[in-house]
This record gives sequence, structure tokens and C-alpha cells, in this order.
Amino acid sequence: MTIMAPRKFGDSSDGVVGGRQTRFEGDLKVTGAAKYALEHPVENLAHGVLVPSTIPAGRVVSVDMQAALASPGVLLVLTPEDDFGMRVATDWGGNRPDEPYYPLSREVRYNGEPVAAVIAESREQAVAAAKLIRVTYEEAPHVASLDDPNAGEGNLLEHLSASWGDAEAAYAAAPVKVEAEYKTPREYHVAMEPHGLTAKWDGDQLTVWEPSQWSHGMARSYAEWFGLPFENVHLISPFIGGGFGSKGAALAHGAVAAFAARKLGRPVKLALTRPQNFTGYGGRAATRQTIKLGATQDGVLQAIVHRGASETSTYGVWPEQTGAATPIMYKVENLSSEHRVVPVNTVTPGALRGPGKNPSAFGIETAMDELAAQLGMDPLELRLKNYADRDYQSGKPWSTRRLREAMTEGAEAFGWSKRNHAPRSMRDGRTLIGWGMACGTFPVIQAPSEAMIRILGNGRVEVVSGAIDMGQGTYTILAQTAAEIFGVPVDQVEVHLGDSRMPGSAIAGGSMLAGSILGAVHKAASAARDELIGLALSEPSSPLRDTGANTLTFSGGRVSVGGEGPSLTLPELMQSLGRDVLEIRRNTLPDGASMEDQHQAWTTMAKVEGPTMGEYSMHSWCAHFAEVRVDEDFGTVRLSRMVSAFDCGRLYNPRMVESQWRGGIIMGIGQALLEEGLVDMRNGRTVNNNVADYLVPTNADVPDIQVISVGVPDYNASALGGKGVGEVGIVGVAPAIANAVFHATGKRVRELPVTLEKLI
Amino acid sequence: MKDFSYLRAASAEEASRAAQQAGAMLLAGGTTLLDLAKCGVTEPDTVVDITRLAGLDTINVGEGGLTIGALATMSAVADHPEVKTQFPAIAQSLSLAASAQLRNMATIGGNLLQRTRCAYFRDPQAFPACNKRAPGSGCSALGGVTRNHAVLGTSEKCIATYPGDLAVALVAFDAVVDLGTRQVPVDDFFLPYGEAPERETLLQPGEIIRGITVPASVAARQSVYLKVRDRQSYEFAAASAAVGLELEADGRTVSDIHVALGGVATKPWRALAVEQALIGKALDADLVRSASRLSMEGAVSHGDNAYKIELAPRVVARAILQLAPSLGDLA
Ligand SMILES: Cc1cc2nc3c(=O)[nH]c(=O)nc-3n(C[C@H](O)[C@H](O)[C@H](O)COP(=O)(O)OP(=O)(O)OC[C@H]3O[C@@H](n4cnc5c(N)ncnc54)[C@H](O)[C@@H]3O)c2cc1C
Ligand code: SF4
Repeated sequence: MTIMAPRKFGDSSDGVVGGRQTRFEGDLKVTGAAKYALEHPVENLAHGVLVPSTIPAGRVVSVDMQAALASPGVLLVLTPEDDFGMRVATDWGGNRPDEPYYPLSREVRYNGEPVAAVIAESREQAVAAAKLIRVTYEEAPHVASLDDPNAGEGNLLEHLSASWGDAEAAYAAAPVKVEAEYKTPREYHVAMEPHGLTAKWDGDQLTVWEPSQWSHGMARSYAEWFGLPFENVHLISPFIGGGFGSKGAALAHGAVAAFAARKLGRPVKLALTRPQNFTGYGGRAATRQTIKLGATQDGVLQAIVHRGASETSTYGVWPEQTGAATPIMYKVENLSSEHRVVPVNTVTPGALRGPGKNPSAFGIETAMDELAAQLGMDPLELRLKNYADRDYQSGKPWSTRRLREAMTEGAEAFGWSKRNHAPRSMRDGRTLIGWGMACGTFPVIQAPSEAMIRILGNGRVEVVSGAIDMGQGTYTILAQTAAEIFGVPVDQVEVHLGDSRMPGSAIAGGSMLAGSILGAVHKAASAARDELIGLALSEPSSPLRDTGANTLTFSGGRVSVGGEGPSLTLPELMQSLGRDVLEIRRNTLPDGASMEDQHQAWTTMAKVEGPTMGEYSMHSWCAHFAEVRVDEDFGTVRLSRMVSAFDCGRLYNPRMVESQWRGGIIMGIGQALLEEGLVDMRNGRTVNNNVADYLVPTNADVPDIQVISVGVPDYNASALGGKGVGEVGIVGVAPAIANAVFHATGKRVRELPVTLEKLI
Repeated sequence: MKDFSYLRAASAEEASRAAQQAGAMLLAGGTTLLDLAKCGVTEPDTVVDITRLAGLDTINVGEGGLTIGALATMSAVADHPEVKTQFPAIAQSLSLAASAQLRNMATIGGNLLQRTRCAYFRDPQAFPACNKRAPGSGCSALGGVTRNHAVLGTSEKCIATYPGDLAVALVAFDAVVDLGTRQVPVDDFFLPYGEAPERETLLQPGEIIRGITVPASVAARQSVYLKVRDRQSYEFAAASAAVGLELEADGRTVSDIHVALGGVATKPWRALAVEQALIGKALDADLVRSASRLSMEGAVSHGDNAYKIELAPRVVARAILQLAPSLGDLA
């Protein structure tokens, strides 16, 4: 996909990494010219819809599809009876059981699981026919949610446990103790763009237009399902209307559409309805955790004991790790943390912005606030007093950790020093005002990527990568990187993204993409520049050959010897070299990586590295400061001010980063005050499965949000010094707001969201 | 969505005739009708579009009061300068409802006839039992998630909340619905649920709402619509109150008061008990608060919605106190 005619907006720092270049593809988006997957025009389309189960557990005994088949326009009805001939694909954890894959399941494991599909000439006809399908079930007992009395304690995941010192003994001996249980509900991605795709076969070549956070990984799934070589699948995803973790895997609806398209010999489009988006991919799992903090009278932490659990499905393990942040936030000599997963009848929960770290921070950061309140201490001072000088979990030094600066600069900007620490100390008529703070973190996750640079005879520079842009700014920062290296304005750069036939890339998940892909683009562009320099200094036809220089400068759109003497534009140079195109492909795998290694790197998580796999412990950090206004009579909470300071290392484009941070914070406002999947215990269905009833913040709920960067480049974290920015923004927002509610009202709400009935 | 035929009515008579046919439904702004068609709750065979009927979108404020044509949009009424000054509660009830986009599409007639947001009502595939949708099938909400369900006016058959805002203000100020051949007070227009929750209004097949009239009064001029909800905008009321107040020259004694509640009852809920407890009395904050509690006489909680019984009287009290500034800064 080509991003046409990027514009330059005259910012003095345009075209340079670290500059505030406006969104490269912004005008395409605001004018509606950007084509999203489901808008891609394909001829001769058939339309598919899914029939979801209406029971939480059991078996499909039979599907009566006579009426549906007789309904106008119906081409095909699929049920669990059909032989899909597909095989299970490798999951994120690298597991691939050697089993057939049935995207329409005979075993019903959750309410909303697809049990049939209808394909018709039009979507309306498919919808009408789908209503005529009668499914007979044999129901089985179910466990509706984590709160179900039959849910049990769940299974301990030992690899997630952390333990050092003697936490229970130190807690027992501590003069000051805090113990409480914290809960977070099911939360959902509710991206504006629904899940869906168009699948089209040409012989044994499959093209899929589908929003994707990982073009190569998802193409690999389709290939594995159908037993095709990877090359036979072409997944195209130039724009994504919000993913937040939900669009990194190929899902059952994709399998159904691709299968139907093959069976019918014509392209099939299938889009999930809004309610189906709540079960097409799992949301954030509901969690509960108890935290015990022991401290001295003057607030020195002695022990942290953490016991957490999250719900998972009956057929898959997704740990929403409540202890993900707990062990690394503070200096503590005694810690014990355990996490369990509790199987219930839900779709397997999934990755949602800041997985694990998010509910974990809600627990530990609320508990710290409770400790501060009990000690009569400033919560900021308590955190600074227990500042972790190193990673107590891995024992490794931090690569960079400017959380102290985030706390102090955030506090300064917020005016925290004026806070009276007593609850209910500020009011305006019937409105209680409160100030709260909390910290957050997200690990630096690293993965290799590959990129191609193409310099055309007309001087245009193309950056080509399968990496995706779902609004984070990939297009923009890649254009900036190439523009800087070739000394050209960004409007001379074209960026092609989101295509599994392009060079491979890390997933846009785990906040790892920018650091990864920028390294690859930088490497490829530098190599292309070196190649050009070599040619310019050696080719007989080059006017720069006789300068006797050993290198050249690329600046102001011209190539010269340090800005002196003869200079050429890129097209002039290409012309003098007699070249139409110069193409260089580079990856960031160790030198000599085999083709197999490369394929594995782009299509699986095998080469992904966690934050402590090297010498250092590497994370992004943040501190949030929130002001809330709580109506004393009504219990309604309005966020009136927010200041958040971040250490995310070097920012490749502060404008894009600030927008990501704000986006994360706004999602955090929803998590704190509004969002909750309401489960009917009788049948395990999330009943508010639409955007009128599942509430996310509106503009009116979002106050002025000031964001501050306190980071410094961290070259351990990535080639260009950045740490992840995409997810850390949401982590710690909910506890900051809930802590502010406590400060306003004196009421401690330990269960999200903080809705009005919890305060009146 | 099921296939349907579409008829654009040229006259009210034609619309009325067409709408009498079984399976026919009137279409105004479509924001309720299409929404419910997508959920599979309404499945019209014929949609009779009344949006081109002439003369039904007028808004008039005169000596006698306010008349609004059924096809006036929510936004037109909400932004009407004289409605804002002469009937502030009505203007506010509309500007606090739905979203700007919906208010631009939706009409006043359609607004009155919006259906409940009961999640079970809206999900026929997963919850076949719903007495409102399928009389006699049972009520899925009982024993389910009931955070938004009603505490007043419920029956064993149905506990669904009437979700609209405008009708609450209309009920408070004795508005009358003009059905062409008959005029019905809004309070009678909405039926109590009792045995037949599928019957929500007095409207007969083929009857078309032509408009609404609201008598002028001092209380209507000195009125407020207070809507409380978790989200600042674009959410139905957890509880709301429409209140109008006329005080004697002393600035304390109530000569006229109108109170109605929204978000808590199966129909727009006039709180006569509160009015009676305050009329002729000299207001003070405690009196207002205790009188407001009378609005919850007969309230029944279903677990998740118990908070409404506590919340709603507070909303009523705040609304009254806001209209009596002489009582100090209590609001
Ligand atoms: C997401 C969402 C949020 C909302 N939030 C709110 C809110 O906060 N507060 C609130 O009050 N409302 C809210 N609404 C409801 C909204 O106000 C109504 O949908 C709207 O007012 C209906 O008007 P309409 O013209 O679109 O009606 P239509 O959808 O066209 O019609 C609704 C019904 O009335 C019938 N009808 C229409 N006009 C006439 C007439 N003149 N005579 C007889 N029958 C007629 C139709 O046949 C249909 O059955 C919300 C709606 C949505 C979708
Ligand atoms: S409350 Fe009323 S609308 Fe809701 S399920 Fe019960 S009967 Fe149906």
C-alpha cells in the first residue's frame, strides 16, 4: 500500500527523528481516503455472518438449517458437521498441537461461541437466514465468571511466582500492616473498527484483507490452517481502526470466511457485529488479588505478600498476571507473589493494553495509598522513601529508571506540595475534591525486524515493511528516520506498511514495535546510504568520484563532501550512477541468520525477549496525578485534571508519543470510572455487549491532560534509545483516580469501576 | 434485518391508514426503530415514513403555552430560545439526552415512544423470555443483571425502566399529547405495566402523534431537569428529576410545585406525594430532603438497582433546592 503525497507542515523539526512531525497519513484519515480492510472493494463478494451460541457450556446436538438454506440469497451454511480439513495453528506461546481445527465448535465453551455460519449474496440476506437456524444443544453445567461460587481457587501458575526473603514472617513482624482485596472486572477493547475480513482465493493463493497488528504472524496462521506454504497467503492491512491487543491473532471468524471463500470459489466478506466483537477475541480477564504490606512506623516497606487470580477459559490459559508490576515497583527485602488462573466459561481472555501490569498496578498502587493513609504520610513521600534502587526481582540493575524524576516533576507540575493529606479536606459546595497519585510501568520487550529501503531514480525514498500502523505513528516515525538519514524532506519519503509480503516485522504489541522496526529501518537506510556513498565515490560516471573524499554528507536534499564543492540531489546522483533503483534489505537478527531463523522471527514469538534477558532490567515508567470532583450526594466522579510524567527513554516523535500517552490515560479513565462487562450468572453472557451499554469515556469525561517526558535515551532498550510508549500510559491511571476518590471522600473503593453506587 | 417495504406517506391520513396494517410501523428519525430492527426486536413488514408530512415540525411558544410538532427534532426544541427561557426543564431534558448526532435525527414523537434499554428485551436470541417482547414468555431480567432496571411501577411481569428524559419533563408539567382525533394527558398516555407490559401507551394502531402541548405556568418557567449518571454525557439517567417551583413573595413558601422522576420507573413518574408534602410549606433544606424521600413510596429493589432508591430522592431534593436560591448554597 502506498501512502500518497505526504505533506510537510513546516514544523522546524520535521523530518528528523525526535521531531514533532504531524501524522504522515493524517489527511488520508480525516478525509476518509484511507481504506480500511472491510472497505476494500472486491468484486463478486459473498457475505458471511456467524451464529453464536446462546448457552455457556454443552454440545451442539444438531443444527436445523433447512429454513436458512431455503432463505433468499443463501449460498452456504456451515456447521460443526462440516469437514473443514483445517489444522490447528501455532499459538502465541509457540504451541502447535497436531489436531484438526474446527472454527465452528461442536463443544460449546462459552456463550457467544460461533456454532454456525451463513454465507449469502448480501449481508442482509445472511443475517435474515442466520435467524432461521435452529441449534439444538445438550447443555452442561457452567461456571459463569470469577465470581461464580463454583469457580474455585483456580490453578497456580508457578512460573509467575516471585519470592525472596521471608515475606510472611516479615509481614507478621511489621509494626504497620495493610491488607486488602482488589478486584477488576472484564474489560473490552471496543475498537471503533470491528473485527472482520475479506478472504479471496486464486487457486491455492489466499488474499486476506483484515485489520492486523501482525501481518506476518496472522498470515502464518492462515497458512498453517490450510496447510499452505507461507508465501501463498497475502495479508493486507495498511490501516487499523484500533486494536489495543485484539488484532494480533487470526481468529475463528477469519477461518470461517477463508474456508467459505474456498468452498464457494468466490470472495467472502465477514464482519463481526458489535455484540460479537465482545466474544470474537477475549477482553481483559476479570481479576482479584489480595495484598499485604508490612512497614515500619516511618514507612519503610518490610514485606509484600501478593496472591492474585484471573479468570481464563476452560480451553486456554491466559494469565492476566496480577503480580506483573508488584515485585519491581519498590525496594523490599521480603516478597512473595503468586498468581492463579480460574477456568470459567468465557472466550479465552486476551491482550488488552498493558496486560498484567494494569491490574497489578491497581493492586499495589492502591495498597501503597492505603499504607500512606494509615501512616498519615504523603503517598508521594512513601513512594520516594521506598524507591527501588535496582530490580529486586531479577537482581539486575536498571538500564534506566527515571521514575523518581517522573514523580517529582509530575508532582511539581500538578502542585502536589499544596495537598492536605487528610481525606475530605477539599470541597466546593456539595462537591468533594480529591488528589491522588499512582505509578505505572511496562517492560521493554525486544524482537528483531526487517526492513527494505528503495531509492528510486526520481530521488524518492521508499521504506517497506510488514510492520503495521494502528495509529501509533509507525508511518510517521519511519518516514522521519529515512528522511534524516538521506537528508531529504519527509515528503520525499514513501512508506509502505501492513503487508505480509513485505519484509518481516515484530508484532505491534507489547509496546515493542517502534523500537524494533526503527532499528531495522535505520540499519537498512544506513546501509543504503553507505552503498550510495560507495558508488558515488567509485563509479566513473559520478561527479563526486574525483573529490578524493572518503565519505559524503546527505543534507538539505543534497549529497556533497561535507557541504563543500560539487553537490547533487538524490535524483541527480542516481542518474549519474545510471541507476533506476537501489534496494537494500536488512534485518536485526544476528549476522548470518538462516532463512528459517528469519521466517521464525517474523511469524512467531520465538525471538521475543523480555525485559531482564540481558544484563539489565529495562522498563518504561510513569507517575500519574489526578484531581477528581465527587458529588457528595450522587456519588458521581468527574476527573477534573490529570498530570502524568513518563520515562520512556528517547521519544522518536513527541507529538505521536503524547497522543499515545493521552490515549492510554483516556482508556484508564474508562477503566477507573465506567468500564465493566456485566455477566449474567445464569448463562455466562456479557449482557452489555454494545457501545451504548458498555461505557467508554466521551470527550466530556476527559479533562485537560498534561503529559511530561522525563526520559533519557536508553540504548540498551533499543537501537535508537526509545523504550515502549504504547501501553505504559494506561498503567496506574485507575489507582491514581481511585486514590483521588479516597482523598476526596474518605471511601476506599477496591473494586473497579468506581461507579456512583459504590460512593452513595 | 428482515426485508421490509417502504412507503413515504404524503398525508397523515395516508400514514394512518398504512400504519393500521399488521406489520406496519411508522418511521420518524429512525434512531429507535432501526436500532431495534438490528437487534431483531422489531421486524416491520412495512415502514411508513412520516418525515415528509408537512406542518408537523413547528415549535410555538405562546400565551397558553408550548406546542411542539411531532416531527420537530430533539435538537431544534432543545436549542429553541423561548423553550429555553419559558420551559427550561424541557429544553434541558433534551439537550442532556443521547448525543448531538442522535438529537439531530430524532423527533419528539419518536422520542416519547422510545423503548426500554433492558438488555434482555434487546437480545431475543439469547433471552427468548421477555413479557414485553413476547407476552407470557416470562421476564429474563428477574434474577439477572438489573443495575438499570426500575424500582417504581414494576410488576411481576416486567421491571423495565422507561429510559427517556423528555417525557419526564412533560409529565411534570401536565403536557397533553395531540393524537389528531383525541388529546391525552401525557401521564395517561403512558400506561402502568400491570399485567400487560407489552402495552406501553394508549396509542392505537394507525394513530399518529401530531404534537404536544404544555401549558404555560410560573413553575414551568422556573424549572430544571437534573440528570445523574456515571458518564458525563451520552448515557441514560441513573436517576433524573424534572422540577418546577413557584414561591410566594417571601421566597420560601411553595405556591406551586411539579416533580417527576426519570430513570427509576417503568413510565415517566410524577411524584405527587412530594408535591403535596411541600405545597404551602415554607421550604428548608431538611424539609425538602424528607419530602423528596416520599418519591420512593412503594419502591422495590431487585438487587443491583437498590442504589436508585437512595439516589433518586437526592436528585429530587437537589433539583428543588437549586430552584430556591434563597435557601443558600445548598445545591
Ligand atoms: C445510543 C442511544 C442513546 C440514547 N440516549 C438517550 C437519552 O439519554 N435520553 C433519551 O431521552 N433518549 C435517548 N435515546 C433515545 C432517542 O432519544 C430516541 O431514539 C429518539 O428520540 C427516537 O426518535 P426517532 O424520531 O428517531 O424515532 P423512530 O425511531 O423513528 O421511532 C420510534 C418509534 O416511535 C414510532 N413513531 C415515531 N414517530 C411517531 C409519531 N409521530 N406517531 C406515532 N408513532 C411514532 C415509530 O413507529 C417507532 O415505533 C438514545 C438512543 C440511542 C440509540
Ligand atoms: S424487564 Fe420487561 S423488558 Fe426486560 S426482560 Fe423483563 S419483561 Fe422483558
